Amino acid sequence: MNGPHDLGGAMGFGPVQPEPAEPLFHAEWEARALGLVLACGALGYWTLDENRHARESLHPAIYYSASYYEIWTRALEALLLHHGLITPEELVQGIPAAPASAPADPHPRQLRAERVAAVLAKGGPADRPVQTPARFAPGDRVRTKRMHPKTHTRLPRYLTGHNGVIEADRGGFVLPDTNAHGLGEQPQRVYTVVFSGDELWGESAEPGTSVSADLWEGYLERA
Amino acid sequence: MPHDHPDHHDHDNHLDPMDARVRALETILTRKGLVDPAALDAIIDTYAHKVGPQNGAQVVAKAWVDADFADWLRRDANGAIASLGFTGRQGEHMQAVFNTPAQHNVVVCTLCSCYPWAVLGLPPVWYKSPAYRSRVVIEPRAVLAEFGLHLPTETGIRVWDSTAELRYLVVPMRPAGTEGLSEADLAALISREAMIGTGIVAGPA
Repeated sequence: MNGPHDLGGAMGFGPVQPEPAEPLFHAEWEARALGLVLACGALGYWTLDENRHARESLHPAIYYSASYYEIWTRALEALLLHHGLITPEELVQGIPAAPASAPADPHPRQLRAERVAAVLAKGGPADRPVQTPARFAPGDRVRTKRMHPKTHTRLPRYLTGHNGVIEADRGGFVLPDTNAHGLGEQPQRVYTVVFSGDELWGESAEPGTSVSADLWEGYLERA
Repeated sequence: MPHDHPDHHDHDNHLDPMDARVRALETILTRKGLVDPAALDAIIDTYAHKVGPQNGAQVVAKAWVDADFADWLRRDANGAIASLGFTGRQGEHMQAVFNTPAQHNVVVCTLCSCYPWAVLGLPPVWYKSPAYRSRVVIEPRAVLAEFGLHLPTETGIRVWDSTAELRYLVVPMRPAGTEGLSEADLAALISREAMIGTGIVAGPA
């Protein structure tokens, strides 16, 4: 979907404002939100792709006015609701249903403190074997498809329908377009594709600039 | 709740709304057995004290002093970086891109905030901002100038948009006048911005 997140080449956001000696978190709640997002992700109810789709599905007015950790928090709430792990009433009340009852037993997949270091150090590799031969090789000229699905994709709007050159074959990876929607990993090859500034931006391009992106085979056709 | 402090209108709502929202969520999830608050503490501690740009700076400094390591980093960034003990979340598929006089590299994620956590830690706010994500692909020279980086026109600029799960570490050029420095002293010169590509490394003052 070319939602509010699909920002490449958009105008009107003003200057970049780096903050000198920026703190890691700007408030305690940001740190807790980071922890909640990672701990809830470890429960295994959703994939990273579904998580990204939850963030980009926020209304544009919210997406553009929220800090990034607020975007994360709102998306986490949406995922917890969607997967039935909390109820709308609990979210509105800010307390669990039946508050008089004892705390529930730990979920079998609850991320325990003693496992955090190992889980973070392991990460979640997204590469997968693919059986089909590569359709493209480094040096091949390709064109990105004109595609504007209403569902999750990792082909940015500013790169649709453009000519580029394959720079590298990165091997097979989980396809976000299906994986975000519970339709399986359906791995495809990913290629690094280079686009000249002139190709993307015409006479607005700055001299001597290019953009590369890592794109799944299904996003590409031979030019 | 009524109150009688007219000069403190926020009296009964003195928490930041997001603070209250996140506290409530943590309370609900803890009571339901879905999260362990001590695990949150451990996650926060990891990114506050263990995983940050100091890791990436070690990788770059080693590449500057050790040609074999630099070659390994170029061919197999995952293996080379893991040899220094840096692995894991948002660093599973690393690529190192080396700046040269002919090509400067700069990294972005236009679609979200993909960033090489394993070597740089959590991204700064500006990296996640719509201003950076929208503009660096269409006017990288103007954006770099806002960081104080004015590159000669003969230096091409490659913007790497992190659209998939590959994560990019920029290896800046080693500045002149650093021949006698130790690896640790070199690492101290290397900023986070230099490893994203919105900066370069200046020589010792």
